Amino acid sequence: MPGKLKVKIVAGRHLPVMDRASDLTDAFVEVKFGNTTFKTDVCLKSLNPQWNSEWFKFEVDDEDLQDEPLQITVLDHDTYSANDAIGKVYIDIDPLLYSEAATVISGWFPIYDTIHGIRGEINVVVKVDLFNDLNRFRQSSCGVKFFCTTSIPKCYRAVIIHGFVEELVVNEDPEYQWIDRIRTPRASNEARQRLISLMSGELQRKIGLKVLEMRGNAVVGYLQCFDLEGESGLVVRAIGTACTLDKLSSPAAFLPACNSPSKEMKEIPFNEDPNPNTHSSGPSTPLKNQTYSFSPSKSYSRQSSSSDTDLSLTPKTGMGSGSAGKEGGPFKALLRQQTQSALEQREFPFFTLTAFPPGFLVHVGGVVSARSVKLLDRIHNPDEPETRDAWWAEIRQEIKSHAKALGCHAVVGYSESTSICEEVCILSASGTAAVLNPRFLQDGTVEGCLEQRLEENLPAGCGFCHIPYDELNMPFPAHLTHCYNCRKQKVPDVLFTTIDLPVDATVIGKGCLIQARLCRLKKKAQAEANATAISNLLPFMEYEVHTQLMNKLKLKGMNALFGLRIQISVGENMLMGLASATGVYLAALPTPGGIQIAGKTPNDGSYEQHISHMQKKINDTIAKNKELYEINPPEMSEEIIGSPIPEPRQRSRLLRSQSESSDEVAELDLSHGKKDAFVLEIDDTDAMEDVHSLLTDVPPPSGFYSCNTEIMPGINNWTSEIQMFTSVRVIRLSSLNLTNQALNKNFNDLCENLLKSLYFKLRSMIPCCLCHVNFTVSLPEDELIQVTVTAVAITFDKNQALQTAKTHAEKSLQRASTDNEELLQFPLELCSDSLPSHPFPPAKEHLESASSNSGIPAAQRAVTVEKASPVGEGNFRNRSSPPCANSTVGVVKMTPLSFIPGAKITKYLGIINMFFIRETTSLREEGGVSGFLHAFIAEVFAMVRAHVAALGGNAVVSYIMKQCVFMENPNKNQAQCLINVSGDAVVFVRESELEVVSTQQPTANCQPACAGGEVTT
Amino acid sequence: MTSELDIFVGNTTLIDEDVYRLWLDGYSVSDAVALRVRSGILEQTGATAAVLQSDTMDHYRTFHMLERLLHAPPKLLHQLIFQIPPSRQALLIERYYAFDEAFVREVLGKKLSKGTKKDLDDISTKTGITLKSCRRQFDNFKRVFKVVEEMRGSLVDNIQQHFLLSDRLARDYAAIVFFANNRFETGKKKLQYLSFGDFAFCAELMIQNWTLGAVDSQVDDMDMDLDKEFLQDLKELKVLVADKDLLDLHKSLVCTALRGKLGVFSEMEANFKNLSRGLVNVAAKLTHTKDVRDLFVDLVEKFIEPCRSDHWPLNDVRLFLNQYSASVHSLDGFRHQALWDRYMGTLRGCLLRLYHD
Repeated sequence: MPGKLKVKIVAGRHLPVMDRASDLTDAFVEVKFGNTTFKTDVCLKSLNPQWNSEWFKFEVDDEDLQDEPLQITVLDHDTYSANDAIGKVYIDIDPLLYSEAATVISGWFPIYDTIHGIRGEINVVVKVDLFNDLNRFRQSSCGVKFFCTTSIPKCYRAVIIHGFVEELVVNEDPEYQWIDRIRTPRASNEARQRLISLMSGELQRKIGLKVLEMRGNAVVGYLQCFDLEGESGLVVRAIGTACTLDKLSSPAAFLPACNSPSKEMKEIPFNEDPNPNTHSSGPSTPLKNQTYSFSPSKSYSRQSSSSDTDLSLTPKTGMGSGSAGKEGGPFKALLRQQTQSALEQREFPFFTLTAFPPGFLVHVGGVVSARSVKLLDRIHNPDEPETRDAWWAEIRQEIKSHAKALGCHAVVGYSESTSICEEVCILSASGTAAVLNPRFLQDGTVEGCLEQRLEENLPAGCGFCHIPYDELNMPFPAHLTHCYNCRKQKVPDVLFTTIDLPVDATVIGKGCLIQARLCRLKKKAQAEANATAISNLLPFMEYEVHTQLMNKLKLKGMNALFGLRIQISVGENMLMGLASATGVYLAALPTPGGIQIAGKTPNDGSYEQHISHMQKKINDTIAKNKELYEINPPEMSEEIIGSPIPEPRQRSRLLRSQSESSDEVAELDLSHGKKDAFVLEIDDTDAMEDVHSLLTDVPPPSGFYSCNTEIMPGINNWTSEIQMFTSVRVIRLSSLNLTNQALNKNFNDLCENLLKSLYFKLRSMIPCCLCHVNFTVSLPEDELIQVTVTAVAITFDKNQALQTAKTHAEKSLQRASTDNEELLQFPLELCSDSLPSHPFPPAKEHLESASSNSGIPAAQRAVTVEKASPVGEGNFRNRSSPPCANSTVGVVKMTPLSFIPGAKITKYLGIINMFFIRETTSLREEGGVSGFLHAFIAEVFAMVRAHVAALGGNAVVSYIMKQCVFMENPNKNQAQCLINVSGDAVVFVRESELEVVSTQQPTANCQPACAGGEVTT
Repeated sequence: MTSELDIFVGNTTLIDEDVYRLWLDGYSVSDAVALRVRSGILEQTGATAAVLQSDTMDHYRTFHMLERLLHAPPKLLHQLIFQIPPSRQALLIERYYAFDEAFVREVLGKKLSKGTKKDLDDISTKTGITLKSCRRQFDNFKRVFKVVEEMRGSLVDNIQQHFLLSDRLARDYAAIVFFANNRFETGKKKLQYLSFGDFAFCAELMIQNWTLGAVDSQVDDMDMDLDKEFLQDLKELKVLVADKDLLDLHKSLVCTALRGKLGVFSEMEANFKNLSRGLVNVAAKLTHTKDVRDLFVDLVEKFIEPCRSDHWPLNDVRLFLNQYSASVHSLDGFRHQALWDRYMGTLRGCLLRLYHD
C-alpha cells in the first residue's frame, strides 16, 4: 500500500439552480478514486454550500495514483427521483507524486458538465502521502518529472540527455461501443473523458518506467497525442526525450512547509532515482541487455521496449587525448566517430527538443521527414497495440536512414502527427538531422578535455550551419560555399530546420513567419483505392509546398527556415498542406539570389512585357522586404570567399518519402534537378497563379512581427505584457466547380484573413510580435475547412528596439533575461569539469554556493545575473510592470513559449494535460457554432488556469492546444467539440520583484510571495 | 466561401471600449460596423470591412456572455471563465450601469413594473435611445431596486456593496430607487426644466433627513421610506399660517431683517403670505401618499413659479429662505422648532437647487 490520497471538499459557489420551485439546490459531492467512493453530506437549499467535509482517505497503489484521475462529482439530492448530476471535476494528481513539484492541490475548480459547460465552482484540497516502495519490478514510475517544454527547463541543468522515449496505448472508443446507442450523450462523453484521462495516466507511467530504465529522471519535450480512429479505436501515444536533470537550486526547500506534512515521506521514493552526480563517477556497466519484464497482463508495451533506448554507454576513455588543437576536419571526424558510437546503440537517436544547451548542437544537416498512408482496421485486442507500434517504428526507421544519408547520426526537433479521415490515416514524422556533441549524451567527466578543445575550435554563431555530410559525396545536388562567418567550413546556400534558432546564431535583421498553403482535390474513394490515391498525391504536395516555401523565402530575402512544420491533412475529397516556419537571414549563409521569371514563348512581345512587369514587381517586393526586415548583410566580394561560385541551384534539404500500406518506400528527391535556380517558368496559367499568390501575401502592418519559433530573431527587449489566444475559423466551400486553383485561393484567403484579423485585434499591443504562431488545419466535413491558430502576442519596447547598435552587453543581458538559466548553466558546467580557463573566475564560488545553498537561491541568482550584465539594473526596472490591483481570482498567465518575458521561472509544478468534450443539443440557443465554441474554449482556458492556481502556480508555459475537433449538425441543432491541451504549470517571479528583494534584503524569502495568495483557499 | 465559424479567445479577455459603448447603446452588429467604419478606423489600421465585421461579432459575443455576470457584479469578480484585469472589470461594471440622462428623466419616479416596461417603446422613440439600451437601463434600475429593497443599512452602501459601483453612480442609483419607491411625480410639463441631477440632489437630502434612517439606522428600507411619524407631525406646522397673529409676526420679522438687502423686497413683502402658505401647506399635506407624490409639482407651483415670475435672483431666494426659516425660532408661540428645522432645512436645500430656468 504505497500511497494514501487525502481529499477534502470545502465548499461550492455559484451553483446552478437545480430546483425550479425553490430556486435553490440541495448539493452533495461524490469523491471517487479507482473503485472507492465517498460522499459528503447534503447541503440543503444553498447555491453556495459549505461542506467542510472530513478528509476522505484512499489507500492505493502508486501505479493507480499515476493512472487514475481523482473524480469529483457534484450532485443535486432528490428524495423521490434519481439525483441530478450538476457536473464533475477531474483532478490529475500526478504533480503530487514527485517531490519537487506541488505539495498540495487546493483551490476553486470549475464544475464542468459536458452538456452545460461550467456550472459553478468547488473548493477542494488534495494531498498525497507516499510510502517507500523498493519493489524492483514495480509498475509505477513515480518521481519521473515530465515537461512539455522542448528545451531544458529553466531552473534545471541537463546532466545527461539520454534520448528518445515513446509509448502508445490503444483502446476501444466508448463513443463507438454498442452501449452508446442506449446511454445519454452525457454518459458517453464522460466515459470518453475518463478513459482518455486513464489512458494518458497509464501512458505517462509507462514512459516514466522507460526513463527509469535509462537511468534518467525526467522527460523533456513530452508530446502526447490522441488519434480518434473512430470505429477502429482510440490511440493515445506519446514521445519525449529522456534526460537526467539536476536542479540548479531548489526553491522547493524553502517553500512553506506547512502545506506538506507528507513531505519527508515523499522524498523517499525520489531518492531511489539515480543521483546524477554520484552515478556519473564510475563507468557504468553495460546494462543494456537486461530486459525488464513487466507483468504480462498489464503490459501494453512493445516487445522491444527495453532496447528502444540504450541504458548506458561504454565510456570512451582516452579518446580525446592526443588530438590536440588542429583544424576542424580531424576534430569533426573524431567527433563524428564519438557521437556515432554514442548514438549507434540507440534504436532511434531522436530528440524532441527544439532548443539545446550551449554546445550541444554541432552541425545541422536539414529537415528529414517521412509520411505513410495506412488503412485503419479495428483494434481487436487493446493489449496488443503492435500494429500501430509497427507503423511508427517503420516511419522512425525511415527518418533515421534519411538522417544517415545527410551524414547525421541524430534527429532533433523531432515530432510525429497523424491525420485521419474515415478509415485512412496519414502518419507523419519530421525532424532535423543533426550532429550532436556527445558530452550530454553520456557521463561527461572523461570527455572534458576534448569538449573544451572542440568548443574552442567551433566558431561561435556559425558552427551549426556547417555541413555535416561529405562534400564530395553529397546526398543530393547542393551548392556549397565557404561559411560567410568563419570562412573555413562549407555551408549550404539555404538551411531548413524544425528547431528553434540557436541562441548563439548570428542573424542579420529580423525574422518573419513564412507559410506555404496548398490544396489538392482528390476523388472520393473507398479503402485501398483511397489510400493509393492519397499516396500518389503526397509527393506532388510535398514538392509544391517545398517550392512555395523556397520561393517565399527568396522573396523575403532570407536564407534559412526554423521551426518548419509541414502539416498534411486528409479529407473526403481533398488534401490540404500547410507549412509554417520562421524565415531568417543567417550571417553564415550566402545572400540568396533573386527570383527570375522566364516565359516559354519568347517571341510574343506583349507577353514579354508582362513578364518583365512581373519581374519588376518581384524585385521590388524583395527590396521592400529587405528593408522591412532590416536585412543589410555586410558587402562581401567574391574573392574573399575564395571558392568559385558555381551555377546557383535550387535544391532541397528535405529528404522524405511516402509509403502506402503496402510498405513500399519511395524516396523522393525534391531538388529541381538541372533547372536554373530560382527561375520560375511561366508556361501556363497555373504557374501564373503561383507567381500571383506569391505576391498576394501581405506583410503584417507596421509595428507587428510574427514568427512560429520561441523568440523572434532581432527583437530582444520584450516587455512583460503577453496575450495568449486561440482563434478558430471554419469556412464552407461552395461545392460547385471546385478547382485546385479556387481551393488554393480560398485556403490562402482564409489564412491571410485570419492573420489580418489577429493583427487588428491585437493592435493595442503595438509594437508587438506574435510568437509561436501555430496553425493547424483540418477538414471536418466534405466542404468545410477548419483552421485553428494558437499564439502569444508579446509587446516589446520600441525605444530600445530602435537602438540598432546592440552592444554585446545588451545581448548578454537579453540572454540572461530569457534564457538566464543557460547563461548560468554554462559556467557551472565548466567548473564542474574543472577547467582552468574559466570565464568568470570570481563568480565561480558564488555560483556554486548559490546552487548548493538552497535557502536563498532566487535572490542570489538575481545578483549573479546582474553581475553578468552591466546594464542590468536599469533595464530590469524598465521592464517592471505595475502589480495588478487586488483581485479575488489570481491571474494565471498562459503562453506557448517556454519562458515568460521579464520574469524568472522558479519552480515547475508538473504537467497539465487535459481533455474535454462539450456537446450541445441547443446550438442556436447558445449563439450558434461560434457562440458554442467561443464559450467552450473560454471554459477550457478557465479550467487550465484553475488547475494551475490550485497547484500553487501562476502560469502555464509551453502551452499547446493539441487537438480541437469540432463537429456540427445544424439541422439537428447539435454540435460537439473535443479539446486536448497541455503545458507545464510553473511559478514565476517578476524580475523587478527579484531585484527589489536582492537589493533590499538578500536573504528574504521572496519566492512564495506570488504563489502564496492562490494556494490558500 | 462563407465563414461558418469565426472566433477569437484570449487568455486575458480583450475588451474594446469603443465596441462596448456601441453594444451598450444597443446597436446591432451591422450598425456598429457601419459606425466604426465611419469613425475612420479602417484608414487608421489598414483593416478591411470583413475584419471589422469579424472583430465586432467577436466582441459582441463576449459582451453577451459577460452580460449574465454583469447582472450580479460580484460574480464577475469571482468567476473563473473570463480573466479580466480588475481595472477593466470596474470599467465594464460602471459602463454597464451607467444610464442616459434623457432616459432616466422619463422613468424617474415611475413604478418599475411591467407596465412601465411596455412604455419603453415610446420612450425609445421620444429620446432616440435604442429600445435595447432602454431595456438594459430599465432592467438595471429594476434589478438594483429588487436587490436593495427590504435591506438594512444605508441605501448607498448597499448598492455599492451589491453592484460594486463608484460612489457617484451608487448615489445616483440611490436617488432612482428612492424616487421609484416613493413614486414622486417628475414627468409633469412644469417639471421638465429639472435635470436628473436636481432630483438626485433633493433625493439625497430627503434620504438624509426625512427617512426612517435619519432617526433609526436599524430598520429595513430605512433609506427608502419616508418617516411616517414625521410626515404626520408636519400637520402641526399649519399653525404658522392658520394663526393670523403668528403669520403677521413671522412676516414682520422677515421683512425687518431683509429690508434693504433684497432687490425684490417689495415683491417679497407683497407675496410673503402666499409663499408661506404654500410652503406650510405642502408640509401639512404630506400625510397623504398622493400629495407626497406631487411634492415637486407643488413646490414648483407654490414657490418657484411665483418667485420666478417676479424675477427673484437666486441670491434673494437664498436670503429669503434663510431668514424665513430662521425667524421661526423667534416666534414665541410656536413650539415645533425641531420639526420645523427638519422640514425646512431639507426643503430650503431642495428649493435652492430647483430654482433655476
